[in-house]
Amino acid sequence: MSAAQWRRAMNSGAGRYGLARSSAAPAAPAARAPEPARIGADILEGLRRVGLRHVIVLAGLLVYPVVASPFFTFQIGGQSLALGLIALSLTFMGGYGGMVSLAQLSVAGVAGYMVAIFGTSIDPISLGWPWWLAVIVAILIATVFATFVGWLSVRTEGIYTIMITLAIGVAFYYLTLQNYSLFAGHRGFNQVNAPTVLGINMRDPVPFYYLTLGCALAGYFFIRYLIRAPFGMALQGVRDNPRRMRALGFHVTAHRVAAYSVAGVLAAVGGVLMIWYNNQISPESTGIGRMIDILVIAVLGGMRHPIGAFVGAVVFVLLQTFAIDLIDRERFNLVIGGVFLAIVLFSPDGLLGLWAQLRQRLPLGGAQAKFRSNGVQ
Amino acid sequence: MRLRTRVLNTLMGTAALTLCAGAGQAQETIKIGVLATLEGPFAAGGQDSMRGADLALKLHNGMAGGKKIEFIKGSSDASPDKAVNATRKLVEQDKVSIMIGPLSGDEGIAVKNYSKTQPDITFINGSSGAQATTLVDPSPNFFRFHTEGAQWMVGLGEHALSKGYKKVFLVAEDYGFPYSQVQGFMAGYCKGGGHVVKKAWVPLGTKDYSSVISTIPGDVDALVVVLGGADAVNFLTQYEQAGGDKPMVGGTITVDQTVLNFKGKRRESLLGTPSAGPMADSIDTPEWKKFVADYKANFKDGFPSPSLFAFLYYLSTEATLEGLDAVKGDLSGGQKAFREALQKLVLHGPAGDIRIDENRNGIGDTYITEVAKKPDGEFYNKVVTVAHNVTETLGLSKDEFNKMGLGSRDVPNCP
Amino acid sequence: MRGKRFQLWASVALIGGPIAVFIVWALFDNARQFVSTFLNGVTLAALYFLVASGFTLVFGLMRNVNLAHGSLYLLGAYVGWEVGDATDSWLLAVAAGFLAAALLGLLLQVCIFRFMQGQDLRQTMVTIGISIVLADLMLWMWGGQIYQFDPPRAIYGSIPMPIIHGYPTYRIVLFLGAVVIGILLWWLLNRTRVGMMIRAGVDDRAMLAASGVNVQLVFAITFAIGAGLAGFAGVVGGTALSISPGEDVRYLLASLVVVIVGGMGSITGAAVGALLIGIAEQFGLAYAPTYGIVFTFVIMTLVLAFRPRGILGRPA
Repeated sequence: MSAAQWRRAMNSGAGRYGLARSSAAPAAPAARAPEPARIGADILEGLRRVGLRHVIVLAGLLVYPVVASPFFTFQIGGQSLALGLIALSLTFMGGYGGMVSLAQLSVAGVAGYMVAIFGTSIDPISLGWPWWLAVIVAILIATVFATFVGWLSVRTEGIYTIMITLAIGVAFYYLTLQNYSLFAGHRGFNQVNAPTVLGINMRDPVPFYYLTLGCALAGYFFIRYLIRAPFGMALQGVRDNPRRMRALGFHVTAHRVAAYSVAGVLAAVGGVLMIWYNNQISPESTGIGRMIDILVIAVLGGMRHPIGAFVGAVVFVLLQTFAIDLIDRERFNLVIGGVFLAIVLFSPDGLLGLWAQLRQRLPLGGAQAKFRSNGVQ
Repeated sequence: MRLRTRVLNTLMGTAALTLCAGAGQAQETIKIGVLATLEGPFAAGGQDSMRGADLALKLHNGMAGGKKIEFIKGSSDASPDKAVNATRKLVEQDKVSIMIGPLSGDEGIAVKNYSKTQPDITFINGSSGAQATTLVDPSPNFFRFHTEGAQWMVGLGEHALSKGYKKVFLVAEDYGFPYSQVQGFMAGYCKGGGHVVKKAWVPLGTKDYSSVISTIPGDVDALVVVLGGADAVNFLTQYEQAGGDKPMVGGTITVDQTVLNFKGKRRESLLGTPSAGPMADSIDTPEWKKFVADYKANFKDGFPSPSLFAFLYYLSTEATLEGLDAVKGDLSGGQKAFREALQKLVLHGPAGDIRIDENRNGIGDTYITEVAKKPDGEFYNKVVTVAHNVTETLGLSKDEFNKMGLGSRDVPNCP
Repeated sequence: MRGKRFQLWASVALIGGPIAVFIVWALFDNARQFVSTFLNGVTLAALYFLVASGFTLVFGLMRNVNLAHGSLYLLGAYVGWEVGDATDSWLLAVAAGFLAAALLGLLLQVCIFRFMQGQDLRQTMVTIGISIVLADLMLWMWGGQIYQFDPPRAIYGSIPMPIIHGYPTYRIVLFLGAVVIGILLWWLLNRTRVGMMIRAGVDDRAMLAASGVNVQLVFAITFAIGAGLAGFAGVVGGTALSISPGEDVRYLLASLVVVIVGGMGSITGAAVGALLIGIAEQFGLAYAPTYGIVFTFVIMTLVLAFRPRGILGRPA
């Protein structure tokens, strides 16, 4: 295939999937009209790749509330999925975009604060808009914030991004801590209640679990689609060799900022779920400790595949909740730090990397495992 | 074969017996969750608070209301969401019947909100001292058996006026607990004719106070410093180094144990600093002396004298255990009898009697103290006077207090 | 060319103008407060420089963003305190702080980071993990109490000064100390063989190895020096402001902001950044306390908007 043919294929794909977020689309010819037949074929192709284990996992997730206690459903299940969504935004940015942004939690925090400010809470600052309007506005504002963070951070390269996003996150923390007219300062917003839809209180364990599961699945499949779509492929190209991509005519900066925006939407949804989970938000929710926690979750699970974010979140939440029962109650931070350190030292791809290595050694499906771990996911 | 069967039978029999015994024992054990801040900046205070709770249980021989008491401990890091997570785990996973905790102010509000979703569990506050916990939207099953941050400063205003401090400059951290403390101080101080010339609210986490110090006007009589722990130490050192020599008035945690006992040379300039709180190192009653002696005897690795956190958790746990004694361990019927007993309970604490008001907040004594030096060179807080039966309205009438509202950056104001 | 010069003068006027107006106003309003705040800013900048110089040195040569730098600061402070308490000598405490942190840094480089050369993200993650573990270990060993140093009386009082009545002697000493350290570092980097190798390595690591230098040795020395500087700053800073858990995060953030503003990998940049941030922080705290801290980050954002690599930064 000639370079021109490949370029046409890439750019026409960009047009087809309609990059709603990136208005500054890559320097590509005008988009072709969507072709339903091609989309259908893609879906069929995707379905063909679904294996037995995917079905089992999905079934397990769906019936989980039936077998688990309300505590496990809500605190372990719901919290892991919501945190996993925020970590997924980081995995997407870091794994596929090569930009490890620690400000994802701040984006989630912005969304949470906006839900509190525009929606209802016990604080007089809240405007009391209907919940669905508050959520939509919150996600919009958080995405704008994410784009702004992207615009600031994309001008720096490589590992500068970690530090700059860390500094932005800390700035946001201090802003929410000190400002009482908009952000209610240190006390934060309390009693930010989840809505009651069709008579069901969304914060009851089972409805909340299915809500977060729905959002998590949507986010997961969206990212999986996106990384195979031309936008995602281009982003990975930008990660690997920005110079070459620029030479090919891609607008590298716009791509990166668009990636921030997409990740921002995910993080914003996660942020809304977290404020409903906690029923409150305060500056500590987006402080430096929590920002590092999200990074720990993403790295723990492994940044090579979107599922890693959720695997990491489950392990992290379990550790946090039950570590106090396992070892001397005062030293469990040591345990979490030690586990994280061990994983980063010995398995840089996190738990997923460990799993891939294990599957390579086991006789069953060994060849398949080898192919999967080396090939493109 | 026969041997194996016999062994198996024995094993099964033992297992069955243990299960029965376990189940039987479960009926006779009441699980109480204890939540404190064991991580982060308040870790040392959290450790001491656990000691206070353990001491109360020990003095009751591990029993209350005829049943065995089992503590299940939880930890947070002074942030509201972690506190609620830990509480939820204790209540829903470990199935405790009573919760004691949390430690810090904002956690208290979050746990109070959670308590509304668990009407069958009784929540007893640990040491969190935010006014809003019981004044704003109180929860029917959340009890605070001690006084809160604002109540801890009642009487200090009058004492400052009696020392001749007519104009003062305020330095405090910019968040909820200092707001309450300042309100408690100023309620009496402003009413008595004092003037708080300027308020310097420093952001949480400030370590370098040199610029704040440079804004101190020359014509104030004293500084009111409501900082805690390490921040207080920093401020004192920097003020002294900048050549400052004005006397100070301290908040409850400004010249307490942790500050007076920091590892380093004592600063003579601390002597004579008045402060106020629900307890003092040197209360001269047999109850207090016994409390200190028990604390020292049981905890060789503790502080030289119990800290504020140990004291408050001791009170809270003691109230819980006495309540259980009063109803003979009967927690049936949504713990109704237990809660009524708590409402009627008069707790004879080491630092005076404590009752609770209609919002289930404590009414007790506030001790006004001054820093003094023992003959062996150690610094301690000497009791100067006591304000009795301090309520949440801080010595004002209910109308006056409601008009004032809760403490904030600008409330109250008397420049 | 003319356009660029115009741009430069325009930005100087845009930023310098309001600042000049502010300075004039502040001097008229309360000269004592202004001078005092300015001195506070400069002396705080000295402390920030000490902490940040180690951070930027390690990054400049080894491209290792050492997020455990704050923990090294705190560790140096604690060890220094123990030694000072045992020997009653503040100077020994300072030396002990430097050595303890340098030793730990050396161990970390030789045992862990050496095998991860080139994997920037992984190294950063490892430093994060190390900082979490170290923070908890230190909390375990030294508890949550506050520790304060006991420096010699000679440097611990106040000096009379014009305009302001007295200024803490220690802060002046701190400032002078930072200047001395800065000069020493300059001398080390520009006038010694090791410094020459470090500078060469920053420019082109591969070439340095190819020319027969034991690169790993140079790395180890650099990391030891960088870590030692953090420990040294721990004792020195802990004397001015006490030590307690949480200081590690605070000074890590300060180093980060200073180095981002000043430019990574440049010692002069660390000095410039420290001055900017220190002065901004103190003026913010004195004249606009509520948002003073946010102000610092706004400066960082503005600098990045105009110079993405910091004021004196090097390309990644």
